[in-house]
Amino acid sequence: MDSSPRSDSADTTRPQGHYDAPEADKIVQPTLNFVGYLRFFWRQLTSMRTALFLLLLLAIAAIPGSLVPQVSSDPNGVVQFKQNNPGFTPVLEFFQVFTTYSSVWFSAIYLLLFVSLIGCVIPRTTHHFDALRARPPKTPARLQRLEGFTSRESTMDAAILIASATTLLKRQGYRVEQYTDSVSAERGYLRETGNLVFHTALIGVLVTVGIGGGLGYTGQRVVVEGQAFTNSLASYDSFNPGRFFTDSALAPFSLALDSFVPVYEQVNRKALGQPIDFTANVTTTMRGDEPQSATIKVNEPLAIGGTEVYLLGNGYAPVITVSDPDGAVVFSQPTACLPQDANLTSICVIKIPDGLSEQLGMRGFFYPSAVKTTLGTYASNYPDLVNPRLTLNLYTGDLGLDNGQGTNAYVLNADSLTQIAGLKSPVPAIELEIGDSAQLPGGLGTIELTSVPRFASFDVHHDPALGWIFLFAVLVFTGLITSLFIPRRRVWVKAVTATSGAVTLEYAGLARGDDPALAAAITELADKHAGVKVDS
Amino acid sequence: MTETLASYSVIAVYSAMAIYVLAFLLFTVDLSRRTAAVPVAAAGAVVGAGRGYTTVLEADAPAEPARKTPRYLRAAMALTVIAWLLHVSAVLLRGFAAGRVPWANMFEFTLTATAIIVGVFLAVQFWQDLRFIGAFVTGFALVALGVATVNFYVDVVPLPPALQSYWLVIHVFVASLATAFFAIGAALSVVQLLQARREAGKAQGLRFLDRVPDADKLETLAYRVIVIGFVFWTFTLIAGAIWAERAWGRYWGWDTKEVWTFIIWTIFAGYIHARATRGWRGSRSAWLAIVGFSAVLFNFTIVNLFFKGLHAYSGL
Repeated sequence: MDSSPRSDSADTTRPQGHYDAPEADKIVQPTLNFVGYLRFFWRQLTSMRTALFLLLLLAIAAIPGSLVPQVSSDPNGVVQFKQNNPGFTPVLEFFQVFTTYSSVWFSAIYLLLFVSLIGCVIPRTTHHFDALRARPPKTPARLQRLEGFTSRESTMDAAILIASATTLLKRQGYRVEQYTDSVSAERGYLRETGNLVFHTALIGVLVTVGIGGGLGYTGQRVVVEGQAFTNSLASYDSFNPGRFFTDSALAPFSLALDSFVPVYEQVNRKALGQPIDFTANVTTTMRGDEPQSATIKVNEPLAIGGTEVYLLGNGYAPVITVSDPDGAVVFSQPTACLPQDANLTSICVIKIPDGLSEQLGMRGFFYPSAVKTTLGTYASNYPDLVNPRLTLNLYTGDLGLDNGQGTNAYVLNADSLTQIAGLKSPVPAIELEIGDSAQLPGGLGTIELTSVPRFASFDVHHDPALGWIFLFAVLVFTGLITSLFIPRRRVWVKAVTATSGAVTLEYAGLARGDDPALAAAITELADKHAGVKVDS
Repeated sequence: MTETLASYSVIAVYSAMAIYVLAFLLFTVDLSRRTAAVPVAAAGAVVGAGRGYTTVLEADAPAEPARKTPRYLRAAMALTVIAWLLHVSAVLLRGFAAGRVPWANMFEFTLTATAIIVGVFLAVQFWQDLRFIGAFVTGFALVALGVATVNFYVDVVPLPPALQSYWLVIHVFVASLATAFFAIGAALSVVQLLQARREAGKAQGLRFLDRVPDADKLETLAYRVIVIGFVFWTFTLIAGAIWAERAWGRYWGWDTKEVWTFIIWTIFAGYIHARATRGWRGSRSAWLAIVGFSAVLFNFTIVNLFFKGLHAYSGL
């Protein structure tokens, strides 16, 4: 059904292998020189089949990164995976599977895809500019073979009929060109425009994502109630700068956590203790400005100085006070404990290298609502502070803080330490409620659980290209809709005058791309044209 | 109150399922009787005339069909409408019970998305007669609802802070709309593949294919449905990135769910390009549509349940 019009519409600017492009010549190519080969490879790369192949390859290449934990999204998972699969790890590392989406092979695929895309978009853009200025093509000799062909009889003069058809088509948004006893019309240039905007905007997204990631940074910081931090490199717990990051990207502000207020479900018995709301009440100070109060919630980040501050996590930071045997305080500060479950059973690690006769390490659990299990151990059955209890095993020995190497503050390696309180020592683990104090074994001093403030962990994110990425994403979407749903069509109206003087009006169209409503549109045009004739 | 409404919702789901069973059976009976031998031509249906398939889908179709749509088919459609109304009321009751949109965990999402799939199936009948995929649609809804009630059911619980956003309403709803269009596109592509085999003389047994459109027509229909799904999916992806930027502090982080959303987008982008590539029209692009929808199902089931990631809202 679409054999002959297809060749009429054959579009030489379509990529090779496109359904609308002319079939490649089947003649034997002459021997190619170097430039010839280059041109050959370029044609292959920008051909429709290659683009399709690269698209599908990209889909397949993205799969391994979802099966194996990624450094970017799940660094702990990577460590665990490597421990569990030591034999498999070197292979995966060789193929950069733990960093799939920045790996050489994944990058190669999408870069090739984008080169192919650019090679396709540029010639099409220039051609489209020409097409926008060109007049609709000559009316084909035989309209009968085209889509939606219909005819009407009339007794009026052919020239008048064609003139009224021209007016009608113009009014319907067609670009028109009159030929002898016929009018040629075309509309839907926006379809190709949308298509080009879509593809160009995709390149825009890729480029702006790259620029934004390069200039921006993300930093994580744990802040205990009553404490503050300034936006500088030194104050972050972890920091990921972009490739082109400079310190000047850090907006000069400080942020104090005044209070952290969680709300937990208390009524619905099937969801007791489930978090309903987290609010961090903060005070921010931009350098040179007055302090300002603000709140940060999970879906409501705080925008300050071109930077966004997100609330990502929270927990408890018990304040431990340790005194030496004389009663002099050697340690008194909050320690953020890492939550392990929904009821905020948390692991606490405290290291006191100085002030006592020996270095003291502590590791244990904090239970906000402690209950005894049947095993005799504790568990937390509610995330709020109902019956807070801290249990600690104590260790003495070299904590490894003096050798200059960085250590993880949340991990205590007890292999080379001596347990002085806990299951492996004669003295049981220390158990404290708020306000309790206990003697440290061996006359080291005393320990007190002074108070239990909360902590919030903030993610600070700066990406100068965010607005641009959004703009290009919007262009991608609008371009897509335009390119898929605006019909591009040619329509012809032709007046054939018989020897008797009777005029037969012929109407037909040609779809350029998917155009389900073409036939109906032609019929409608013919009917309307008949109506116009009666009027004039 | 919450629990009462939630239990009414479950009763409505079971009732809907019971009626879907009947509708499914009648749709299959209809398929079994769709042979060229029975000279039944409905307005808007397709008549197989030997090898040359004549489509009479246009409005100016000859007013020849004296006999109406087969009884089985009419009954099947009526039952589907009734089941769907019950299904929708189950969705609404669940929403009222929770006091929020009913798509915040796997059970609710399955409940709502299947209602949308059937809803889109019913709605497209005003545009094209696609009743021949009724068996597929009701069968799919039935299986999905069965799995949802048996394996995914969770009680109504409040929304975790991360989900408390209007983006939950937009992002997830549009994702389920996209899923619905992909499902119908996949169904059409399956029939297209069967039809192409039959037209090639390889599948003589499938006589019901005499009275469904020819492979070309099916391909065009599938394409139009999938293109709409693709637009919704693109929107889902962009909206998801905007929400992720608000909730998680980054717009894209290759979270497992993000990866699979991207894979699905790429497959359907491939599908659209395949239809414009010589040698890829027809069966090859139909396979891509089916692979794409399989990826959607994989993303919803396997990725939700077994992959680790930030989209951990199954409630299980």
